[in-house]
Amino acid sequence: MSASCAAFRPATAMLGLSIREVSQALRDGRVSATELCKKCINQIQRTRYLNAYITITEETAMEQALRADIRLSTGKPLGPLDGIPFSVKDNFCTDNIETTCASNMLKGYVPPFNATVVQKLLDQGAVLVGKTNLDEFAMGSGSADGVFGPVRNPWSYATQYREQSKEDPDSDWTITGGSSGGSAAAVASLSSFLALGSDTGGSTRNPGSLCGVVALKPSYGLLSRHGLIPLVNSMDVPGIMTRSVHDAATVLRILQGRDERDSTTVQAPNTPPSLPEHFDIRDICVGIPKEYHAPGLSKDTLAQWSRVAAMFEQAGARVQEVSLPHTQHSIVCYHVLCCCEVASNMARFDGLEYGHRSAVDSSTDAMYATTRHEGFNNVVRRRILSGNYFLLKSNYERYFVKAQQIRRLITEDFKTVFRSGIDVLLTPTTLSDAARYSDFIQEDNRTRSAQEDVFTQPVNMAGVPAVTVPTALSPRGLPIGLQLIGQTLQDWKLLTVAHWMEQQLNFPLVRFHEDSNKRELDQSVRERTHTVGL
Amino acid sequence: MAASSSGYSRMLFSLRKYTNKSQSLYHIDTNFVIRTIWTSGSKKQLKTKVQTKSLPQMVGVVGLEIHAQIQSTSKLFSGSHVRFLAPPNSLVSYFDASLPGTLPVLNRRCVEAAVLTGLALNCTINRKSLFDRKHYFYADMPAGYQITQQRLPIAVDGTLVYSLFEGRRRNQVVTKSVKIKQIQLEQDSGKSLHDNEQSQTLIDLNRAGVGLMELVMEPEMCCGEEAAAAVRELQLILQALGTCQGNMAEGQLRVDANVSVHRPGEPMGVRTEVKNINSVRHMAKAIDYEIQRQMEVLQSGGTVLNETRAFDSKSGNTIPMRDKEGLQDYRFMPEPNLPPLFVYESEASVPVGVDSAQVVVIDRLSAQLPELPSVRRTRLVETYGILREHSLTLVNEDGLMDFFESVVQMTKVEPRKVIGWVMNELMGNLNLQSLKVSQSPISPCALAELINLVESGHISSSTAKQVFQEMWKAPEKTVGQIVKEQDLWMINDKEELRKICQRIVDRYTEEVQIIRGGNKKVLNKLMGEVQRETKGRTDPVQVKAILEEMIS
Repeated sequence: MSASCAAFRPATAMLGLSIREVSQALRDGRVSATELCKKCINQIQRTRYLNAYITITEETAMEQALRADIRLSTGKPLGPLDGIPFSVKDNFCTDNIETTCASNMLKGYVPPFNATVVQKLLDQGAVLVGKTNLDEFAMGSGSADGVFGPVRNPWSYATQYREQSKEDPDSDWTITGGSSGGSAAAVASLSSFLALGSDTGGSTRNPGSLCGVVALKPSYGLLSRHGLIPLVNSMDVPGIMTRSVHDAATVLRILQGRDERDSTTVQAPNTPPSLPEHFDIRDICVGIPKEYHAPGLSKDTLAQWSRVAAMFEQAGARVQEVSLPHTQHSIVCYHVLCCCEVASNMARFDGLEYGHRSAVDSSTDAMYATTRHEGFNNVVRRRILSGNYFLLKSNYERYFVKAQQIRRLITEDFKTVFRSGIDVLLTPTTLSDAARYSDFIQEDNRTRSAQEDVFTQPVNMAGVPAVTVPTALSPRGLPIGLQLIGQTLQDWKLLTVAHWMEQQLNFPLVRFHEDSNKRELDQSVRERTHTVGL
Repeated sequence: MAASSSGYSRMLFSLRKYTNKSQSLYHIDTNFVIRTIWTSGSKKQLKTKVQTKSLPQMVGVVGLEIHAQIQSTSKLFSGSHVRFLAPPNSLVSYFDASLPGTLPVLNRRCVEAAVLTGLALNCTINRKSLFDRKHYFYADMPAGYQITQQRLPIAVDGTLVYSLFEGRRRNQVVTKSVKIKQIQLEQDSGKSLHDNEQSQTLIDLNRAGVGLMELVMEPEMCCGEEAAAAVRELQLILQALGTCQGNMAEGQLRVDANVSVHRPGEPMGVRTEVKNINSVRHMAKAIDYEIQRQMEVLQSGGTVLNETRAFDSKSGNTIPMRDKEGLQDYRFMPEPNLPPLFVYESEASVPVGVDSAQVVVIDRLSAQLPELPSVRRTRLVETYGILREHSLTLVNEDGLMDFFESVVQMTKVEPRKVIGWVMNELMGNLNLQSLKVSQSPISPCALAELINLVESGHISSSTAKQVFQEMWKAPEKTVGQIVKEQDLWMINDKEELRKICQRIVDRYTEEVQIIRGGNKKVLNKLMGEVQRETKGRTDPVQVKAILEEMIS
């Protein structure tokens, strides 16, 4: 993608650039870091109705930008991210900045340290502009189940969607996907050049796809989880969201590598300074997993999948159908493992050391119970109860052990396919383009997650890397993304292929509808919190 | 709310009306002293009490679960320091307080401690072991779970060999052994301090996350005394290794006893778990009380309940603990944030690409194994020619071996003579006053001086015992001062001796006649009279020679 393809109003002109482009602009002095930061903050304010941010860190951001300007003006930038505004999903700990996980349990919680990935970005001079919205504790696929209310998809305020809609923009809008919907919306709506998400079952790729941004889920262990408030430790990976594959590669290079504070991290493989501009796709073998022709796959998404597969083939890549036979069991197996870890990980929220504490103090047990009842929403509570049930001594073999066995089979599926000579797999990221919020909330969180994660979730089971690349706009004017899946620790090769694919696709930048540009800051968004009924 | 970075030292987590207390708190009883193990209910007494006519006698069966706090400068999974009696919550890292997003990082020193301990107890060291989460809500366990090694512990199948005194005079050394089922690494909990007056609970997380080795001893002991001897031996081994300080009063070593009774050949009885034991002596008492109690319950037709009981050191009884939780389901699951723990046989077996300085290598640790107590005892027997039972006491009493060896070095006397002084005079007096060796008013140097005076003939050995008691009472005085003040120097002047002997011969004419008649035994009486006359300040050999000469 390039900036030249879209016409910008002067206010957002710089904001539509890629990291590579804006970094050059900063070095050339065409814009200062403080100007850029201010533009992003203004853009956040202008798009408040999206509800993408929980916390805006204007003051510290301006200070960081000022320091970046000093370095830039002396010709000594720290690296390609110096002075670049970014945002972080609100389940990464940020030193002295509230970190809520969109939960009552952690409202007002201010961590005393930075997550490793956040620290690495700050160390590179990147400027943190805000913490982004999500489903409570990242449990969801819509970014509709957080205590701060649902995130709105920027594309449902873009010209194409609005011109087709006959309804009020406050009732007819689509979800961002989730759970990192705030981060996806931030990058898509041009208020951040880069956002961190987390990906446990597709939480980065799903909203990335629905919001038309590049979303990378790196290999498990390549990025540190230290400071990421966990959902499922054995599957969680920090995700990278940008507006180009090249940018994602730049960020990956900075974030990857062993962290002594996370024992599950690994040494990063040697990585060249940047992705190759010219790359011979004829050396690549693309696998099309037949099981991914899942029920519910929209005809538009299927059409894009076929089109891109054909595109690879026409360019000389080898494209062949492959089988991942255990994929179908992935969701149910994920459900068990996820609930078990959730039950365990959430046990620390007892109101004693930090977080919400109930006023009930008739006994310790009563305090625990009411604290947790008041602190967690139904989705979290339900997963905790299920997880504790699965982990009971009498159930452990039947659920947890079984699920782990299936997990191994799923991992084996991927290994077998890659051993057979496949370099990357090409799949849809989601079943369709983004659902209208009013339609989405007809089903409960569990059903939605089971439906939405079907293409993304097996990747987390196997720990392999995957990236979603914005492919085209649907007839509704909403983004459709396709997913490339690579081999463990071959993230760079995966991005190389994704980069080639992106160059062929020419996906557009969002262009907000004129009405949307005039929208006032809509405070009411925050009050319309939605809670799924039991 | 927010755990700010600005200092845990001021953070005391307070919790009102904390009522569901059920686990034991380990009291700190600074008055207690590890002493020669003695229990009122020794095996013999028990057996006679419960004897019945037709059935075989009931016997006690004792297994132990021991938590040994690993001696290391930092905690098992965090960099916080480990120190006893530090200000509350001054040694708490973000991980220890379970701040979300923090992850465990295994402390290599703790792994090495467990491997060393495993090697010293003849365990098989698992080349691969795993960590698990054990869930339960407890105020001083912030994460809501404990990281432990339930499925695959670091060491298994070991043996502890221990010795104890048996026989009527308790001077016969018997050697026994107990199997060590496993050693597992796990986290310690914090401490809850209950303030009943203000109805609140204060939580101190200094101890939370300190490394523990849990050792499981199979139910192969039969009474408190055996268990006590086994624990004492373990204590010595841990101290020799430097893997645990082993002080029960400070909670560095915590013992829970599983006790049941049955008739040999019959299935095991229902067991109870006895907690709240804070010294080896209390443990022996608690176990014997519990065995006795269970036997009495069964004999009166009752049944033993599977329950947890606490030892009450004041009454010497065990009492049921309020166990509201009932049967706990700990919902174990693998700890996902810690990869399997690998331990390597030798430098050569460390895989390529792994820094061998960063991993645990068994060969390297084997080479570091110090002299263990059993080897030490053998060495003492061989080096000094002392008896085995003496070596047992020398090693088992803290500081006694050093005391003994110092004395030996400072005298030219045969070590066998020194051991008499150490075992009888020194230990006798220490035991009488319940003192530790380190509290002895008589230093090794002073004792050596005393022994040297006997050896050189300046005082008699019977006088020396008298002097010893004086030294004990007045440690500020030198041996020479005491001897001089009490006029106890040996009478070595031949003429003076002859005068004294003459006086006795003159006084006991009848006895002299008998001796002359051929009954030489009566000479002893005259010798005794000389001793009495001189308050033991004469050399019996000299006196005998003079008397014989006078009478013949």
